[in-house]
Amino acid sequence: MTVKLILRGQEYEVRPGMTLLSSLEKIAVLPESVLATRAGEMILEDEILKDGDVINLIAVISGG
Amino acid sequence: MRQHKLALCRDHYLDWIPEQTERFIKKYEMFQRDEKILVAVSGGKDSLSLWDILARLGYQADGLYIGLGIDEGIAYSSESQRLTETFARERGLKLHVVDVQREYGQPIPVLAQRSQRGQGRPCAVCGLAKRHVMNRIARDLGYNVLATGHNLDDEAAVLFGNTLQWAGEFLQRQSPVLPESPGLARKVKPLCRFYEREMAAYAILRGIEYIYEECPFAEGAPSIYYKELLNKLETDKPGSKLIFYLRFLEARSQGLFADPIPRAVALHPCPNCGQPTSNNDWCSFCKMIEKTKVAAE
Ligand SMILES: [Zn+2]
Repeated sequence: MTVKLILRGQEYEVRPGMTLLSSLEKIAVLPESVLATRAGEMILEDEILKDGDVINLIAVISGG
Repeated sequence: MRQHKLALCRDHYLDWIPEQTERFIKKYEMFQRDEKILVAVSGGKDSLSLWDILARLGYQADGLYIGLGIDEGIAYSSESQRLTETFARERGLKLHVVDVQREYGQPIPVLAQRSQRGQGRPCAVCGLAKRHVMNRIARDLGYNVLATGHNLDDEAAVLFGNTLQWAGEFLQRQSPVLPESPGLARKVKPLCRFYEREMAAYAILRGIEYIYEECPFAEGAPSIYYKELLNKLETDKPGSKLIFYLRFLEARSQGLFADPIPRAVALHPCPNCGQPTSNNDWCSFCKMIEKTKVAAE
């Protein structure tokens, strides 16, 4: 079992037990460029991700 | 810096953003309660949030949506217009809609192609058209103030780009407030001290439906590249973007970018549209439109 992170339709998998911050580092996504939600609730970077978690990453950068 | 505000509970966060906005409006003397404000809304998170915040704070803020006609591939313009109209209707806010094709003959991508400005990217023509329409509507409908949703990341990216080129004239003009001048409304950026991430969090927590897709022409734009560079810096050194921007404002107010020989740029009204221009004849916008008409014949 793993933790799944989804950003712009692309899925990434990391092992459970890490913080959101470490998980983002693992998949090379800048924490400053995304917001993370789990089951519709926003979560913070020190949140420890558990087995089976599905984390939706919302890109916050726009042009302009 | 990246985290501490977001750690507030939802209700406190949703109050904190308008409180801070009010503080910035006063600090930079953006506008008063008796002034009429026109908010430029694109359907994106920042401009819709700005409109929401100003309405919550009790300001007289109406919206202006400019239909750019960018609908190849994804229905970017039509979807952003739908979201903006829904937003206004649900809150009982007044929205003006200007359609570029209807008023000027062609949508932005065709205007850009025919006028051959901007090296294959319609962004220059788009910016020119948006500025023209915003100024026109503000003048014709009697708005004192034109407000845009630029956030800290937008401002830091522009600042970074201008600094790389030491573009003194642009550095001198970059400010949370541009005072009014004959024929032009005051321009203000009430969100200029909020991180882009903070604005996205506000829109999501507030349940604002905004257009998540990016303008198809923004892909590979320098502004996005600069934002990514600055976010790398921010990740390693939290607070960098805010310090970069605020220290710049401080330096600017102390005259660091002042022109040593002030050149009085003579502005006169464009004979065609009446907006102030430094050109001797028609303004750049009217010239561009004329060129696209000739090109079509
Ligand atoms: Zn003109």
